[in-house]
Amino acid sequence: MEGGKILSQTKVLTGLETRQAVEAAFEEALRTAGVSKNNVGRIVVTGVGKQEFPFEHVEVSEVKADARGVIFLFPAARTVIDVGAEEGRGIKCSAEGKVVDFTLNEKCAAGTGSFTEAMARALEVPVEKLGGLSRQSTQAIPMNAQCAVFAESEVVSLLHAKTAKPDIARAVHEAIASRISSMVRKIGVEKEVLLIGGLAKNAGFVDALKTDLGLEVFVPQEPEFVGALGAALIAEGES
Amino acid sequence: MPKYKTEPLKCWQKAKEIRANYYRDYAQAKEKGGLRWCGGAWSFGAIPAGLGDDVYPLTGEPYAASIAWDKEFSTQCLEAVERKGFARDLCSYMRNYWGSILLNRYVFGGPFPKPDFVWQDHICCSHAKWYQVASELEGGIPMFCIDVACGPYSEINQNKLDYVVGQMHDGIEWLEKITQRKYDDEKLIAAVKDECRSTSLWAEVCLLNKAIPAPLDEKSMFSLYVLGTLMKHSPVVADFYAEMRDEVKDRVARGIAAVPDERCRLMSDTQPPWGFLKVFRYLEEFGALSIGSLYTFGLIGMWEDQPDGSWGPKKTPQEKGMEIKDRDTALRVLAEWNLAKPEWQHFYSPRHKSEMMIRIAKEWKVNGIMLHYNRGCEGLTLGIAENRLDLVKAGFPVMTFEGNMGDEREFDVEMVSSRIDAFLENLNLKKL
Repeated sequence: MEGGKILSQTKVLTGLETRQAVEAAFEEALRTAGVSKNNVGRIVVTGVGKQEFPFEHVEVSEVKADARGVIFLFPAARTVIDVGAEEGRGIKCSAEGKVVDFTLNEKCAAGTGSFTEAMARALEVPVEKLGGLSRQSTQAIPMNAQCAVFAESEVVSLLHAKTAKPDIARAVHEAIASRISSMVRKIGVEKEVLLIGGLAKNAGFVDALKTDLGLEVFVPQEPEFVGALGAALIAEGES
Repeated sequence: MPKYKTEPLKCWQKAKEIRANYYRDYAQAKEKGGLRWCGGAWSFGAIPAGLGDDVYPLTGEPYAASIAWDKEFSTQCLEAVERKGFARDLCSYMRNYWGSILLNRYVFGGPFPKPDFVWQDHICCSHAKWYQVASELEGGIPMFCIDVACGPYSEINQNKLDYVVGQMHDGIEWLEKITQRKYDDEKLIAAVKDECRSTSLWAEVCLLNKAIPAPLDEKSMFSLYVLGTLMKHSPVVADFYAEMRDEVKDRVARGIAAVPDERCRLMSDTQPPWGFLKVFRYLEEFGALSIGSLYTFGLIGMWEDQPDGSWGPKKTPQEKGMEIKDRDTALRVLAEWNLAKPEWQHFYSPRHKSEMMIRIAKEWKVNGIMLHYNRGCEGLTLGIAENRLDLVKAGFPVMTFEGNMGDEREFDVEMVSSRIDAFLENLNLKKL
């Protein structure tokens, strides 16, 4: 980023080698921006595995980075919901992008993106198709299991009972939305609500979340980059 | 260059010795013809003191916390209890304690020393069953339990007091019968006076933490308040707290800090995760410390409103010039003193707890609050989510973290540290 303008952004699958993935992403971002490492003034790192970044840097929490990134993109946002593969976060922020309060779900897989991955496997559909599939649903069915592990058994039972896959997919999204909404209500939900993180790309989940919250939920164009954007803004602001 | 001077507590070694002696004396009691009893730390421990100077208690909660600190042994205890068929979501102190019996291992070495009787009170659902099961596991130990469900102290009346005192009288008759010892009312009176003294003195110590910089940090306070949970009726503990109070007063006068770079004062709540007290040291990397909590202040400390409206140590009967000359008066003083315990009040309503927590946060000038959503204790965690809302409404930044005071399998130190990072970052703190 330079002068408030994004020069490049890149995404790399982490896998088990976090450090290698981090280095690869950094190198790719520099290459795409046409910038050498020596010309980078300040690096701010956020996210799980931020300690793995090998070069001199400052670390900020995901919560802080999310809030800054969201306000930059959508100044009217006051509630940020970030749902990734491992963790879900609810953040209340001020007009300046400062965190007023936050809440985390890092213990329950049923409120994270990994739940959709597990359910997509159970339904034998690619995870990126799960959202579209749930939009074909014609009826709501309750998902009784509270836990992602039991939910997988329940999905198998539903399939054996010839329940339509779209309806099951919808139930999965409604279950996650219910957990996320419950988490965010702890800090109070204030308009406007922004949804970021990988699961924001799942239209079925977005629909379910809007219904559960009873509010419009806005999703930026590249929701998985918002945290990184926030970190870059912090780096610019502090350099 | 640190902001403040710091130095270790001079009385620290003595506290360790008192604790070590307590557990040794309990284990070796029979060698000297003494008696052993077990019960909760909230039970009216001054009463068995009337049976003689060779009567040694083992209070369950601090013993179980000692087990929890030893994560390997704790896991063995917990798994032994689960193999026996008990649920994993029961009170973790209770499970650690039962596990110690099942494995026949005393956490301080040797076999588990079997008590002669159980002396208990019903402070919560877990305590009501804890020692019934413990007695069964030990092949049947005589047990006496005092029901203390009298409602909050603000609503105390003569009938309620008579209810508790009546049971205490019955309890003394029962003790004489099962121990075949003659009860000594003078020893009871002395024990009651020492209990009032030690608990009032602990409150004085906590009061001194209003100073900036705080002379004590909560992690250290855990090791010191625990003496009151072992034998608050003992002159050894009362004298120690007097000595400690004087030392802490001196620290305040000289500006000695617990954390030399103190720049953020926090308050915690409920029992800490005993196996992971290092999270309190982690705060210090940011120049933050926990100055205490309602738990640390009010489980042993006795408090009352001061003339200036602030919270301060409760005046003892001795300080008020009250004479305790007979058994009934001693028991009434003991009952009323204990029923006024701050930590007891919130069993009745989270509102009582919120009021006390907000008071501490304001008077001790706290910048933020860390609430331990402690799965191991239904009693002290009761209403904690409501407390959080009340604290936020009162204008305090609050973070929560999930854990378990006595089950290390339910605590994720990395995730909690990550939460602390985010919380302190919001308080504009970076690591030093």
